[in-house]
Amino acid sequence: MAVSTFLQQLVNGLSLGSIYALIALGYTMVYGVLRLINFAHGDVYMLGAYAGYYLSRRLQGRDPSLVSALIVMAGAMLACAIIGMVIERFAYRPVRRASRLTLLITAIGVSLFIENGAQLVFGADPKFFPSLAPRADFRFGPVRVTSEQLTVIVVSFLLMVALRLFILKTRTGKAMRAVSFSIDASKLMGISTDGIIAITFALGSALAAAAGVLIGMQIPKIDPLMGIVYGLKAFVAAVLGGIGNIPGAVLGGLLIGISEVMVVGYLSSTYRDAIAFGILILVLLLRPQGILGRVQKEKV
Amino acid sequence: MKRVATGAGVVVGLWLVNGLAAGSLVPGFRISPYLLQVVCLAGINIILAVSLNLINGFTGQFSIGHAGFMAIGAYSSAFLTVTFGTRLRGMLAFLPEGAQSGVLLLAGLSVAAVLAAIAGFLVGVPSLRLRGDYLAIVTLGFGEIIRVFILNIDAVGGARGLSGIPRLADFFWIYLFAVITILVVSRIVGSSFGRTLIAIREDEIAAEAMGVDTTKSKVISFIVSSAFAGIAGGLFGHYLMYLHTNSFTFLKSIEIIIMIVIGGLGSITGSVLGAILYIGLTEGLREFAQYRMVVFSLLLVVLMIVRPQGILGHREFVNLLPRRWRLGVEAPPTHG
Amino acid sequence: MALLQLSNVTMRFGGLVAVNDLSLILESGQLYGLIGPNGAGKTTVFNVITGVYKPTAGEISLDGESLGGKRTGRITRHGVARTFQNIRLFAEMTVLENVKVAFHCRQAAHVASAVFRTNTHSEEEERVDEHSRALLKIFHLDHLSEEKAKNLPYGSQRRLEIARAMATSPRLLLLDEPAAGMNPQEAHELMDLIRWIRDQFGMAILLVEHNMKVVMGICETVHVLDYGSTIAVGPPAEIQRNPKVIEAYLGGA
Repeated sequence: MAVSTFLQQLVNGLSLGSIYALIALGYTMVYGVLRLINFAHGDVYMLGAYAGYYLSRRLQGRDPSLVSALIVMAGAMLACAIIGMVIERFAYRPVRRASRLTLLITAIGVSLFIENGAQLVFGADPKFFPSLAPRADFRFGPVRVTSEQLTVIVVSFLLMVALRLFILKTRTGKAMRAVSFSIDASKLMGISTDGIIAITFALGSALAAAAGVLIGMQIPKIDPLMGIVYGLKAFVAAVLGGIGNIPGAVLGGLLIGISEVMVVGYLSSTYRDAIAFGILILVLLLRPQGILGRVQKEKV
Repeated sequence: MKRVATGAGVVVGLWLVNGLAAGSLVPGFRISPYLLQVVCLAGINIILAVSLNLINGFTGQFSIGHAGFMAIGAYSSAFLTVTFGTRLRGMLAFLPEGAQSGVLLLAGLSVAAVLAAIAGFLVGVPSLRLRGDYLAIVTLGFGEIIRVFILNIDAVGGARGLSGIPRLADFFWIYLFAVITILVVSRIVGSSFGRTLIAIREDEIAAEAMGVDTTKSKVISFIVSSAFAGIAGGLFGHYLMYLHTNSFTFLKSIEIIIMIVIGGLGSITGSVLGAILYIGLTEGLREFAQYRMVVFSLLLVVLMIVRPQGILGHREFVNLLPRRWRLGVEAPPTHG
Repeated sequence: MALLQLSNVTMRFGGLVAVNDLSLILESGQLYGLIGPNGAGKTTVFNVITGVYKPTAGEISLDGESLGGKRTGRITRHGVARTFQNIRLFAEMTVLENVKVAFHCRQAAHVASAVFRTNTHSEEEERVDEHSRALLKIFHLDHLSEEKAKNLPYGSQRRLEIARAMATSPRLLLLDEPAAGMNPQEAHELMDLIRWIRDQFGMAILLVEHNMKVVMGICETVHVLDYGSTIAVGPPAEIQRNPKVIEAYLGGA
């Protein structure tokens, strides 16, 4: 009995963790190239959920099907990719060379802007995501996996694999890695750093949007402030895995998701949100570079 | 002698203004309670902003967990006065009621300051060796953990909040402490210790190479800063008579950051200005409710792009005044 | 006893050996030059001595007391001061304040005395002010005392770096390329200044320099590094004739 509960929690954690991982990837990629903590990233995830919501409403009338779900997801990803690039171009690029604190405040400003703007435009009340794909429950022995969870896990996995292939195999991907290593050296190598940074934002935002749609499908309730808590936890995940490190973000996301589910399941739900912060503090005090990160020594 | 006279003058002046505002001085004349509340909240924000600036502006450390220390001060002092208030008053029965309240408040604020300072030490020592962004995240995390922790303590109300706090703080006490905060921080900044803080901000490695114990200096400024945040929290609770952890989220920490950034990091005058401006803007635009935050955040981004050093940058208002106007309060050296 | 002693000091960064088995002895009042082609590990040696890096192996001692593993601030208080290759002044502070900061490590006053304006505090402030101004005068920087460090011309900034390091009352002064970017006239003045510092204060000076005229002109002993390893140690005349040194700088045939 205990084993099956454990396995069930593991599956739940995997599903939640995949969401965190998708969002965490955006944080880590942007930090990698700009050393910027993109506070507004969680809000892009929220916008993705809303984009999916409005898109699926347009498609209303047709039967829920896999195809319509894919269209909604693709649409939301595209919309947020553009939003991400717009944010970068108009809010972050002008302050790119400024102090860390200035960058931080700018990011916070953008985040507040999106959150409050969303409340104004969409209304502060939560909305309910229409169901997109046919529902089903699967049983693997004693463990129950809903179709939503399965979708989350499978789609997340595919997206992460796609990202990895992109980073490793394509020229743009290599350029991204170069820029995250040294922006100045990359410029000297003739890499268009502005373009690479824009693409980084686009990719990160698209992944966040996918997470937003997936969550919308799973927990049909969405609201303009949903990005705050999820964003923060995904950020912790990125730090846990080693901020700037892409596999780290995935690892961190899964670990946070699983820990959260385990704590709620086995201990109590009151400390649900505090768990992420607790992990964060432990990591930063014991191993600030994260699990997969490397120590950065300042040259004197 | 001159210093004592100035000090006494300030105290009397505040007391008079307080009486005037409350309507007890000139019959028939009083300031609208709403305006008075805004002014008092501004005073609390001044304490928060000036104390945070010591760490962020003058020492150049990236702390965004100030609300956590405020919360500790608020709840600890409120717990003291709510639980032991009547008993303490009993012990002080020989004093007039006003004086009793004063002593009670000071007792509460002392507890607030000490506990917040201890928290500052506990958070600061492990965190302050971290660089920039990491320090910011850790302080953010600590602020949130403190808040969630308090939220789960039933003895101070838990999710319902803590009510029934005696109204011990008013304009007089709030602004008295605001003046004290400004005084203390100015003196620290203008001293040799203050110089080491600024050196740490300018170049920590060079400061270390010049013999400065950077960790010790950072921790000390962190402790002082947290203590004042605790005092601000204590005053807050005893003014509003009700506390809920929702007032101490990381959004509150960010508000304080915004205040000091608007005014200018590294400028005490700037922090005061920023605190006043911020409250003024949020209250002034209150009717526009939803649009207010949207416009505000947009302005914030624009400010960062156009004038990141804020209004005063590193400058102090006192440095712009002619020499003979300057009081016994020394202006910190011209760093801007 | 030697003032500074390095015994078999090695500094490794991952796979890269920046300093390899370095041993050197510095006597009080000695002018010691450390030279080598770029990347030879000279600044790393400074960083290891001053505690910025912990040596992978070997021992460092000042007047018999071990420095290894100690924090930079503590090592400075022991009596080791340094300047930086890329000037690291406190940009927004004035020239006078830059020097005053360095005096702090020899002060006794605390935060509390600053807040309460005790007599001890005021007296100390006066003392520091006097000493700082005197020091600036020596370095011909007193007329710039209220100027912000970042506004100073390059040569003055370099002098300020040295003045600031001197304010920590060191027994050993480490100068990292103090003549960088100087014209012959300035470099000549610098040589006089360094010699004068040594004569007046009796401290040992360890100098990293690329300007051969300066090194060969004032150093009594010259230590040559190449790729982290010592290839020659001796008086300037010998070093200049040493074939290994010539090869390291000009490359083999």
